[in-house]
Amino acid sequence: MIDSQGLKDTPLLASHKELGAKLAPFGGWLMPIQYSGIVEEHNWVRKSAGLFDICHMGEFMIQAEPSRGNLGNLLTINLEKMPEGACRYGFMLDEQGGIIDDLLVYRIDNSGWMIVVNAATSEGDFEHFEKHLTGATTLENVSQSLGKLDLQGPLSTDVLENLLGPGIRGLRYYTFSYFNLLGERIIISRTGYTGELGYELYMPNDKIPQLWGKLLNDQRVKPIGLGARDTLRLEMSYSLYGQDIDKDTTPLEAGLGNFIDWNKEFIGKNSLLKQKQSGVFRRMTCFLADSRRSPRHNYRIIYKGQDVGAVTSGSFSPSLGIGIGMGYVKDQIALGEQVVLSGGSISINAKVTSKPFYKNGSAKSGEIK
Amino acid sequence: MNIPENLLYTKDHEWVKIEGDRATIGITDFAQHSLGDITFIDLPKPGAKVEQSKWCATVESVKAASDVYAPLSGEVLEANTELTDHPELINKSAYDTGWFALIKIADLGEKSRLMNSVQYKEYVQGLSK
Repeated sequence: MIDSQGLKDTPLLASHKELGAKLAPFGGWLMPIQYSGIVEEHNWVRKSAGLFDICHMGEFMIQAEPSRGNLGNLLTINLEKMPEGACRYGFMLDEQGGIIDDLLVYRIDNSGWMIVVNAATSEGDFEHFEKHLTGATTLENVSQSLGKLDLQGPLSTDVLENLLGPGIRGLRYYTFSYFNLLGERIIISRTGYTGELGYELYMPNDKIPQLWGKLLNDQRVKPIGLGARDTLRLEMSYSLYGQDIDKDTTPLEAGLGNFIDWNKEFIGKNSLLKQKQSGVFRRMTCFLADSRRSPRHNYRIIYKGQDVGAVTSGSFSPSLGIGIGMGYVKDQIALGEQVVLSGGSISINAKVTSKPFYKNGSAKSGEIK
Repeated sequence: MNIPENLLYTKDHEWVKIEGDRATIGITDFAQHSLGDITFIDLPKPGAKVEQSKWCATVESVKAASDVYAPLSGEVLEANTELTDHPELINKSAYDTGWFALIKIADLGEKSRLMNSVQYKEYVQGLSK
């Protein structure tokens, strides 16, 4: 549905209002920002299981033989190397190597793919596929009818086991499978954006309220808003599209070069190779404040008296109890070096640190290291 | 919305409790609720002079930093340093353990620019319409 301000809403709007959520626009959608409070919700996901309404994100279904056509050229992921039932994170780039979107690819079978994209970029992404994709027999935008709920937290496997049986335990990190639930055969992947053990559940929109209710009936599960989703992902140093990465940044600058397969062709590769040769002009850098004070978006980064860049994401870290932030810095500053993050009258002393900020996430628990 | 009767209020959602020539100040329940989880506070130091409607503290929530203005002019006698490590007390108890500072009032006449609880309640109700 679309309201008078042109904002779209998810099938759960009535439920969010009932739960007392604070609602705000995000990516063209009216979304829940918080329920009980960002810090409490954040901590709940780190210790139990939190449920997120992620119906705003976009999903495309594509049928394309990996060896024919150019689907692989539109993405930095090597599709031919993906086993069926695998998920991969990667990028769609423009010719300059700028990031059109960051996305997840699901390999459903030999030639069937689901691509999951950001809400605000969804329409543009689809147009990009329509314009450039060749050799595909199907290209369908199912965002309108397919909803998504994320269940994240160390207890999320236990919660899903109650609904699905022990089969869910076999699902490994960054893989998915089909499960029967509420009369539907749905995709559930062991993926997420919080650093915790967790799942993303793809359910037709008309059954999303039923699934939401069923999961919230479990005492271990609480609803979590986009406010805590943001602090959880920032503690993991995950980039947020539109804020940390966009068309003016490349994966190399963002420190995400490991999500590029250089052994294949893709749009933007030549530009990235040039950047690789000449060295990146700026790189994403993580900062740990020396107090509870939060760096904020657009705070300047001062190193040895020089303005060397700006903070793209910053917040109070509920898990660490101090301010954290990240932003692009000219050249490279060594780990442990002191910087000042400054916005207006506020100056925060901080030091350069490695990612992620939060190192105790349960996302890969049970995996062979 | 909790608005105690024995306090006076500003349009910027600070409260003040006057006892003789002393005043305890803080932010209202409405303010803490709008800010959400408060994660940091910068308090005035004892001995500092604060002026009515001028900066006296900064609070930060997960989402933003906000300035707090002094409801009355005076000299800071004591700051609630407990808040430095536990700013969440402001969310839990805005009028009690979440107090900001105790000041020695410079000019009690400034009281006339503050609202009583009935006026503040009407003011807040007007904002949410």
